[in-house]
Amino acid sequence: MLLKELCSLCAPSGWEDEARKFILENIPAGEVTVDTMGNVIVHKKGKGKKIMVAAHMDEVGFIVSGFTDEGFVRFKTVGGILTTVLVSKKVVLGEKKVPGIISAKAVHLQKRDEREKLIPMSELYIDIGAKNKEEAQKLLDLGDYGTFDGEYTEFGDGLVKSKALDDRVGCAVLLELMRNEYKNDMYFVFTVQEEVGLRGAMIAANRIRPDLALVIEGTTCSDVYGTKPHETVTNIGGGAVMTAMDRAAVSDREYFELIKAVAARENIPLQIKRTSMGGTDAGSIQRSGGGTKTAVLAVPCRYIHSPVSVMSKKDFDSVGRLAAAVLKELEGREL
Amino acid sequence: MELLKKLTRCWSPSGREDNIRELIAAEMEPYVTDVYTDPMGNLICRKKGNGKRLMFAAHMDEIGFMVTNIDDKGFLRFVSVGGISAHNCVNRGVIFENGTRGVISYEKTVRDLNLDKMYIDIGAADRAEAEKKVSVGDMAGYDEDFALMGGCASAKSMDDRVGCYALIKAVQAAKTCPNDLYAVFTVQEELGLRGAKTASFNVEPDMGIAIDVSMVGDTPESAKHSLSLGKGPGVKLKDASFIIHPKAREFMLGAAKAAEIPYQLEAAAYGGTDAGAIHLSGGGVPSGTISVPTRYIHSPREVVNLADVENTVRLVTKMIETGI
Repeated sequence: MLLKELCSLCAPSGWEDEARKFILENIPAGEVTVDTMGNVIVHKKGKGKKIMVAAHMDEVGFIVSGFTDEGFVRFKTVGGILTTVLVSKKVVLGEKKVPGIISAKAVHLQKRDEREKLIPMSELYIDIGAKNKEEAQKLLDLGDYGTFDGEYTEFGDGLVKSKALDDRVGCAVLLELMRNEYKNDMYFVFTVQEEVGLRGAMIAANRIRPDLALVIEGTTCSDVYGTKPHETVTNIGGGAVMTAMDRAAVSDREYFELIKAVAARENIPLQIKRTSMGGTDAGSIQRSGGGTKTAVLAVPCRYIHSPVSVMSKKDFDSVGRLAAAVLKELEGREL
Repeated sequence: MELLKKLTRCWSPSGREDNIRELIAAEMEPYVTDVYTDPMGNLICRKKGNGKRLMFAAHMDEIGFMVTNIDDKGFLRFVSVGGISAHNCVNRGVIFENGTRGVISYEKTVRDLNLDKMYIDIGAADRAEAEKKVSVGDMAGYDEDFALMGGCASAKSMDDRVGCYALIKAVQAAKTCPNDLYAVFTVQEELGLRGAKTASFNVEPDMGIAIDVSMVGDTPESAKHSLSLGKGPGVKLKDASFIIHPKAREFMLGAAKAAEIPYQLEAAAYGGTDAGAIHLSGGGVPSGTISVPTRYIHSPREVVNLADVENTVRLVTKMIETGI
């Protein structure tokens, strides 16, 4: 399955080679460019409006920032990862895919107040099983990247858990959408460095100068124990998520209403994101050049930016179907 | 002041500027060569002239609220659209575009006030009734009317409808147009100078001047700020978003002196205006900001002095009539 393969790729922001290679091998049609930032741009020529459909191929991860004499690896996070998520997690580092475990002082040695406190990132390290600094340095270099090691598993009622659902779900949707025929001038773009500030999308959009853009994402979801109903943000199984406004962009109003209407007509479940937190490539694309109308469709993911993000296959399917229907609708409509 | 009243009464939070754009376009059309809306929603009004491109920017959006949840009892949870402090909206009225009215209040105590613990009451009996009037993603604005008080006026959204007012009135009053003039009414300023970025990309101005409100330091025990009400428009030398370009400074001060308009110099430690986006667009644009001194910014009652407003109109008019 395409999504499973995409999720297994290690491609933290700035080091997207593995994802880029896989995507390049799996592009069904179109004229392909890799730009200076590393974005993959697939052009399917058409006579109508210029439409950019974007998903980011990078994921949150780690970068090696040093070694201790004992052979442990110092690291920094790449993109937004909560310190609470880190301890005892499996990671893979470097081109050799060196396995490691993020760790901290043994529980028995932690004083009572230490056990109750959050261990700061500066006191965490990655254990790669090396005996000393020299051995560790044989396996890894300063600046090597890494990601969580979080296997793709299906469980429960049509649920999936994996690392990197954000935003391999979007990449999978794009690879499918590309198979369809379009009247409009279509650009399918797999962007880099979204997790460190919507960077790749800005360059891609300035190159393409689209009239309209549709961003496909994995988004936050907190429909879990202990969350008040009004703070859940999105619901697993509640359908595709559309954003009205987040920290990066306000969706174009007519475009937003058009998508709502298409979802209702096609009977595709749709939920409006119930927070203004978070940001997507739409922020960069909207403000590129002389401005672009944007909208965002997303798959809700619990525990996002962790090795065990969780989504529903039904929601994933809803996003794919709705995106296809919206792109079709845009062939006959002016915005 | 009828136009200022009309502008501040208009409902248009950031990203939802359709109403105000329509209103301003109708005011501008008889006085300019060309009016168009760019993809972000900026209203770009061009008065063709033989000189260089001079762009003025006043933002037409206002701060507001967006509904994020409707509960079983019909109460709405919300987030702010732009910078809204919790204390500014306690038990204040809000209004939705369709005319639905509401009141913002808080959960348990007024201590540790936080927008996360506040809600909008629209008087609905339950969720079903609320959903007939409001959907998640809908926006609301403050519900406050324009009022005169002494030599001043108070209203919601003086920020930046007073800037829009000054720009409209100045274009209407200008007797000559030596520059290729672009009067731009921008969107989404309150969310981070977003509209001005794409507008200036489209216009490619030779000089950019923002017209916006700015804080004053003339109220009891207030924090220190350069400006006072009633002493004329401010010429902003810097804020967190830009530093005035020497060419812009010379142009602005030259116009003020030539027309004998009182003005105040202003240096602000924080805040930002559209000049912040304009001056970094393209290959760089000499930019400045005219400030309308304003009290209680981002509250439902922002106060300006009417003489300052008229002097701002005069200053902008003089600048329009002066070649850059």
